[in-house]
Amino acid sequence: MAEEVVLMKGNEAIAHAAIRYGVDGYFGYPITPQSEVLETLAEQKPWETTGMVVVQAESELAAINMVYGGAGTGKMVMTSSSSPGVSLKQEGISYLAGAELPCLIVNVMRGGPGLGTIQPSQADYFQTVKGGGHGDYRLIALAPASVQEMADFVGLAFDLAFKYRNPAILLADGVIGQMMEKVVLPEQRKRLTDEEVIARCPWAANGKTAGRKPNIITSLELDPAIMEQRNNHLQKKYAEIEANEVRYEEINCEDAEYLMVAFGSCARIAQKAMELARAEGIKVGLLRPITIWPFPSKAIAERAKQVKGILTVELNAGQMIEDVRLAVECKVPTEHFGRLGGIVPDPDEVVSALKEKLVK
Amino acid sequence: MTREEIIKPENLVYKKPTLMNDNPMHYCPGCSHGVVHKLIAEVIEEMGMENKAVGVSPVGCAVFAYNYLDIDWEEAAHGRAPALATAIKRLWPSRLVFTYQGDGDLACIGTAETIHALNRGENITIIFINNAIYGMTGGQMAPTTLVGMKTATCPYGRDVTIHGYPLKMTEIAASLEGTAYVTRQSVHSVPAIRKAKKAIRKAFENSMNGKGSNLVEIVSTCNSGWKMTPEASNKWMEENMFPFYQLGDLKDKE
Repeated sequence: MAEEVVLMKGNEAIAHAAIRYGVDGYFGYPITPQSEVLETLAEQKPWETTGMVVVQAESELAAINMVYGGAGTGKMVMTSSSSPGVSLKQEGISYLAGAELPCLIVNVMRGGPGLGTIQPSQADYFQTVKGGGHGDYRLIALAPASVQEMADFVGLAFDLAFKYRNPAILLADGVIGQMMEKVVLPEQRKRLTDEEVIARCPWAANGKTAGRKPNIITSLELDPAIMEQRNNHLQKKYAEIEANEVRYEEINCEDAEYLMVAFGSCARIAQKAMELARAEGIKVGLLRPITIWPFPSKAIAERAKQVKGILTVELNAGQMIEDVRLAVECKVPTEHFGRLGGIVPDPDEVVSALKEKLVK
Repeated sequence: MTREEIIKPENLVYKKPTLMNDNPMHYCPGCSHGVVHKLIAEVIEEMGMENKAVGVSPVGCAVFAYNYLDIDWEEAAHGRAPALATAIKRLWPSRLVFTYQGDGDLACIGTAETIHALNRGENITIIFINNAIYGMTGGQMAPTTLVGMKTATCPYGRDVTIHGYPLKMTEIAASLEGTAYVTRQSVHSVPAIRKAKKAIRKAFENSMNGKGSNLVEIVSTCNSGWKMTPEASNKWMEENMFPFYQLGDLKDKE
């Protein structure tokens, strides 16, 4: 049978992919520009087909804590929101990380700070990869750059979240959430049975099976010596994720004399800018981090050896550039180009910035 | 002689519920929490739900409830227990799901989560310990602190012009369409304990029979926070708390 190609928004792709991946529960609260996730789920009524639970919560706080509750039972649960809503979720995200609960959070970013704008932005990079909530923790953070990746990364994020018992986040932006593209949705999978969930997550609190000790989901430990051990355990896990799960894409990097680093929608714009620059004879390549944590520091450091300069292209005032500079240890001039407040640059602007800041 | 030989079944008039383990409790002597924990353990055992119960503990004195009752637990962020319970019950409808929350947790920081879970008619039970004070953090004013009552953050007594009025969350709960059974009980005497146990049983059964959400408030003492002996606390509760927080069923959708 030929692959079924459909045309849809990135937000819709998230919802369809979640149903098809066999997600057990979605808990969300409306906010622009991602409300289509909840709307699509409500329209699809997966509770009548796969048995997926869909709840419109009273707030983002409640939604993320529903995710905590569901994740603590070992089921596959998720939420989605946009920047101001994700700020509200930070409490729950910290608890999820502390209790080591696998789940998926989707942030379809809009411009901030504050209520900001409903237009696209990538200004939540720091919030996503440097913490956001309190305490020493990390989220497995995937940055989709197409509607296809919106669909594909739902499954990937859950696979990684369960592999490491850690929350995963899909960091998209208003462009990726709202634009329509062709997409091939994943095959419909069956949701795990309760027995399969219990077997997959022997740590989960879903009713003490006869003979075993009670399972307790908590991030609390008052004894500092034990709390330090728990933190050390988390750090060990994060180091393992950093060693194994870095993902990135390189385009035209082999002969590159300049390198652009961009994620999500900006990687699409930078790719076009790269074509325009190459037509003018500027040998520029593009490195697109797919995981923004763990960050592809080694790959960037490796490419830095061959290039004369690096330009990060971001919808923010310069956030990812800090990680790029750390990666290259100031051995190569590293500049930033960004538009703020919901403005999306066109490729010509990026080419101009590249010339002005690096090629000269 | 073994323990079993000494305690012959025909001589046994009382025993600790099997679900209560031997961990030393951190609660102050005279505190109501221990009694309520025991009642919950007894009801779960009597319903045969030992392996189907999932509790959600709060932030507050009962944060460590999971150390004492041998069932599965999730420990929630402050005030969020009903949100956790919503998801647990929706995802595992065959489980007995309850939250255990204090007045600060339920009636202050978690007001939204509490009202909306109850109003959605989630098939859960909320056990609400109302001792009119923040116990764990050292006796600060709670949303349920009585007018004139002294706490660490209203040392001259709760003044409505500064602090507003005590909140009757149970009355609010009774007005919500989603609630099946809403009651206010206490555990300061043997008859009261028996009534409270019946109330918990009814609430748990409702939650398993799909009747909607249930709230059991237990008007409680905090003798440490109130700075009284346990005995004086009970007396003070009867004289001051009960006139404002009147005991009895507020709603029972039979």
